Amino acid sequence: MFIHETIMHRLQHGCQTMAYPDGPPPALPDRHGGALRVEPAKCAEGCTACVPVCPTQAITRTPGKPVALDLGKCIFCAACIEACPTKAITQTGKPAMAVRRREDLLLGQPGEEELRLAIALDEKLKKLFGRSLRLRQVSAGGCNACEADVNVLGTIGWDLGRFGIQFVASPRHADGLLITGAVSRNMELALKKTYDAVAAPKIVIAVGACAIAGGPFAGNPEVLNGAVAVVPVDLYIPGCPPHPLTILDGLLRLLGRLG
Amino acid sequence: MNPPREFLLLSNGTGVPWADVPEWPVDEFITATAAGLERGGRLCAWFGVPENSATRLVAVIAFDAENTLAVGRSAPVAKSYPSLTLLHPQAHLFEREVWEQHGLVPEGHPWLKPVRRQNGGHPAVGEFFRVEGGEIHEVSVGPVHAGVIEPGHFRFQCNGEDVLHLEIALGYQHRGVEDALAGGPHRATMSQMETAAGDTTIGHATAYATILESLAGTEAPLRAQWLRAIALELERLANHTGDLGALANDVAFLPTSSACGKIRGDFLNLTALLCGNRFGRGLVRPGGCKFDLETERAAELLGKLRVALVEVNQAAEWLWEANSVRTRFEFTGTISSGLAAEIGLVGLAARASGLVRDVRFDHPAGWHRFAPVPVAVWPGGDVFARARMRWLEIQRSARFIEEQLAAPAEGGVFSGLAASAGDTLAVALVEGWRGEVCHVALTDAAGKFRRYKIVDASFHNWAGLALAMRGQAISDFPICNKSFNLSYCGFDL
Repeated sequence: MFIHETIMHRLQHGCQTMAYPDGPPPALPDRHGGALRVEPAKCAEGCTACVPVCPTQAITRTPGKPVALDLGKCIFCAACIEACPTKAITQTGKPAMAVRRREDLLLGQPGEEELRLAIALDEKLKKLFGRSLRLRQVSAGGCNACEADVNVLGTIGWDLGRFGIQFVASPRHADGLLITGAVSRNMELALKKTYDAVAAPKIVIAVGACAIAGGPFAGNPEVLNGAVAVVPVDLYIPGCPPHPLTILDGLLRLLGRLG
Repeated sequence: MNPPREFLLLSNGTGVPWADVPEWPVDEFITATAAGLERGGRLCAWFGVPENSATRLVAVIAFDAENTLAVGRSAPVAKSYPSLTLLHPQAHLFEREVWEQHGLVPEGHPWLKPVRRQNGGHPAVGEFFRVEGGEIHEVSVGPVHAGVIEPGHFRFQCNGEDVLHLEIALGYQHRGVEDALAGGPHRATMSQMETAAGDTTIGHATAYATILESLAGTEAPLRAQWLRAIALELERLANHTGDLGALANDVAFLPTSSACGKIRGDFLNLTALLCGNRFGRGLVRPGGCKFDLETERAAELLGKLRVALVEVNQAAEWLWEANSVRTRFEFTGTISSGLAAEIGLVGLAARASGLVRDVRFDHPAGWHRFAPVPVAVWPGGDVFARARMRWLEIQRSARFIEEQLAAPAEGGVFSGLAASAGDTLAVALVEGWRGEVCHVALTDAAGKFRRYKIVDASFHNWAGLALAMRGQAISDFPICNKSFNLSYCGFDL
């Protein structure tokens, strides 16, 4: 009876994997807000209201220059949005946030009001990894939230395996690393060794504010302020943690699998 | 002057003037602490406070049956003191930590080595306990593990398949959380508290907010306390559900594994419904909550909660009915109630060994003063008991949320905070999903943090996992590990 009931139950549920990316993406929570947009033209003269409220010092304003927001440092707490008297910083509601170059997360210069989304790997790497990407995950001073939402991608709702992407147990089996955490000094050696153990060509993906720039722990002497201190990074996915949709969007974008 | 006779009593979520905390010469302080533990106390926190070139020891003891906490301190000590661990093993890691942080040697400590910091190029490793003999082999695992999980190092001493001894060396996730709090609160402090152990964001954020509120001589608006209590149970639901799935996965029982993976995400989405973040970041703030739960949103929450609860109950039923699962879970990784008490286990691991130990019940603060939570307990202390505890608590948490949603507190969710009182010691305990989250703050004359101590449930419980593995087959390590599911970063800080 047990097996019969279990099978019947699964049949009733049907396929629980989401239609995305062929269909619409799952909706973000209404209070999520998505990526940020900065329009320095709207800033009041000499106003620096957003600067001191940012917990991770992601916002700077040098006198005579436009306000600058670094989405790599941002933990998306929205304190700046509440502090801004002129709505120069706004939420776009967009889940896509992954970029290839660190500077593509810097907002504020003319024409750079929003982040510049990642382009796909070059043709050679796309041919190698595009339909089969094996990643070794390394948590190096992560808080287990980025790790948890990476893990979620493996569940039946997201089913990462359908894209040929899989997390493997050994760096020897991997095509690259997915790194979370601010990179604690105590993990520096292990991260370096894991990277060296992956055969070339290899890619590195930094997931979350910590892995990009140290997140809330940036500046603590016990951390190295992100993965780039130890290894070269090919894809940055912001958030604290990034929503699973943001992570998946980034992976698919890198592999050139989004239209 | 005669030394004081008793520790100073206080309740959870309150502060006392530092000058009122009774002080003993260090030898007598150890005796007084041991006496408190002997009459049923439990060591919540044990830490050093630097003073000039010496260090004061501070003990926070919980008397669960009397619903009260007690605090005492030693006179400044420069070099060493007689180890408390010899009398009460639950102090073993605290004494190692104080030695590492302040250089005070607990004389007679049986296994004095670093806890988390850099030590000759490698964190926390040093010498391992070794079993000698021609038949003995050593298995070394980590810091990088096989799955998408945090780093730590496990060293097994094995005779064939049997584990004689397991030593767990952590520290790889050390981010300097406590050091960064000195002189605070700082701009990043709230975010650092929310990420001290990221799967316990609500637990740690609530403890921190409670500390600041008690230092300001106030409390959060009732509606904020109500909302925090709901969020705390959502956090428990998500993690317990995920753990049931992970336990099922480790015995290759895929129906429950795949169902729970998805349902866990559904619970995380309920937290995101509150504040936009699946882990509850941005919800709890000193002085209240940043978001309210309006009537319509509450109705949506309740509807989705009920759907997820039906699904998780179905998935759990498969687990309990499968003989193949029971035979792996039962009598595996057993911790007796006596051993659990001796090593100071907290949270669901303690309750799964039959101990009635739950901050929401024993030391109610915040909304739990008005909405008591019955303590779920299961005897046995094995993997099955710890799995079963999760299922029991899933029932209680869901019921609690339903009851609270039916009777919301009125009013606003946020009020401003006065400045923190100077030279004050405040203690806040929260029953996070793993167990007790303990924050202790001591302010300087200006009301800034002179010392801030964080004790995650994992700090107490890692020793439980090590002992649970004694006499087990090494192949049972994954399910023993998952049955505790302890935090690396919450321990490493």
